[in-house]
Amino acid sequence: MTRHLLSIDDVNAEEIQQLFATAAEMHDVQKREVKKLPALRGRTVINLFFEDSTRTRSSFEIAGKWLSADVINLSAKGSSASKGESLRDTVLTVTAMGVDGLVMRHSASGAAHQVAGWLDIPVVNAGDGTHEHPTQALLDGYTLQRQLGGPGSLEGKRIAIVGDLTHSRVFRSNVKSLTKLGASVVAVAPPTLMPSGVADWSKAEGFATSYHLDDVLPEADAVMMLRVQRERMSGGFFPTSREYTVGYGLTRQRLGMLREGAPILHPGPMNRGLEISPEAADAASSRILDQVSAGVAIRMSVLYHLLAGEESA
Amino acid sequence: MSEPAPERVSDPSADGRVVLDARDISRALTRISHEILERNRDAEDLVLLGLHTRGVPLARRIAARIEAAEGHPVAHGALDVTMYRDDLRTHPTRAPHHTEIPPVGIDGKTVVLVDDVLFSGRTVRAALDALADYGRPAVVRLAVLVDRGHRQLPIRADHVGKNLPTARSERVGLSLEETDGIDEVRIVELEGVTTA
Repeated sequence: MTRHLLSIDDVNAEEIQQLFATAAEMHDVQKREVKKLPALRGRTVINLFFEDSTRTRSSFEIAGKWLSADVINLSAKGSSASKGESLRDTVLTVTAMGVDGLVMRHSASGAAHQVAGWLDIPVVNAGDGTHEHPTQALLDGYTLQRQLGGPGSLEGKRIAIVGDLTHSRVFRSNVKSLTKLGASVVAVAPPTLMPSGVADWSKAEGFATSYHLDDVLPEADAVMMLRVQRERMSGGFFPTSREYTVGYGLTRQRLGMLREGAPILHPGPMNRGLEISPEAADAASSRILDQVSAGVAIRMSVLYHLLAGEESA
Repeated sequence: MSEPAPERVSDPSADGRVVLDARDISRALTRISHEILERNRDAEDLVLLGLHTRGVPLARRIAARIEAAEGHPVAHGALDVTMYRDDLRTHPTRAPHHTEIPPVGIDGKTVVLVDDVLFSGRTVRAALDALADYGRPAVVRLAVLVDRGHRQLPIRADHVGKNLPTARSERVGLSLEETDGIDEVRIVELEGVTTA
């Protein structure tokens, strides 16, 4: 297994399945009376978040705690980073306290890669700019695979990923991981939110892009709606939110175009009424809350495989 | 990643001498099943938990024998102790196996842990810790097919199929139909290991 998890490039299909298999066992822990495994007893994990996050950070925190690690949360707001300390000094300072693993989110693409080069402890990328968010892609793939029938069930499936693709690290990581697992991905976005050069991203059979959601939905085995990231937009990507919803929202009308039971995913936080209607978010085929609980299981699996075993030189 | 822990090594293609064949194993399991019943007249409070990997099919076989003798099924399942091992940090990590606690649970039950070979006792120590996270059994007992000695912890088995005095330089290779295609127990001399 990889030493760091910075990108989906760090794991091959077999290792992804191994992470999924471990996550499935971790998932059972959530149902137990004693939600605690001793695997990381005596280890300390630091969650260093330079960017806002609720679910990812709390998910990593719970994952670490259920594995008996000591978990420390640090956010950049109110820390020395806001007093002008460099990234390098910040991470070297916090890890000098005797930390065994670092989970990091940063608004700069590539930040986790750079930090991993400075440290001799495992680093998990919890989102870097518009680049990658590997644990989110793993939990999405895990949720889909469970839903579609277990290991191997993603083979040949068509997954539509819809929304603000330009700014989405979730999209980038998901294209890599879903195609590694044998699925094909159809990327759907308005031309202004389609990343440039996207056609060359993946050589996977059937990797395609489309500007027309209505053409894609009836053919999809699952649909993943992505959040419109207003905080990363300087405006001008679409005229009004109403027009975005008409063209690319999963509205009540579009819900009927989906195949019976096709899972609906959204990494959250949702803009209800913008990219996803309440009817879709709360539909019986919506797996959005399953994604959240899968998030804890996947992160336990990642922390276990990166931190529990022998130190890899 | 799937490197087996040292005390549970089994290799059906290995050389060495066969010390138990299929009939010996079958007889030993039948005797263990009857011993368990004798110690526990009321099979309804009984829960058999096999320890991964080869304890699981053994627990299933013992459950089948008890059912045949008593006329009603006995609760059985599987326990994975990977997360509870004390040697996690000296091996590459491996994916845990599936723990299957029967629906009746283990609270107030007589739990019989079933394993293939009892050696250092560390797997059983881990299993006792794991068990405590699932509930509080009234009694916990241990049944093993082979006891090869060399305990490193104060642990003993209640039901033993065969006591096999071994040297540390030897390896006990236990194969089962379900996992290896054949029932047999071999003792193999390890090269380059001196007796401690």
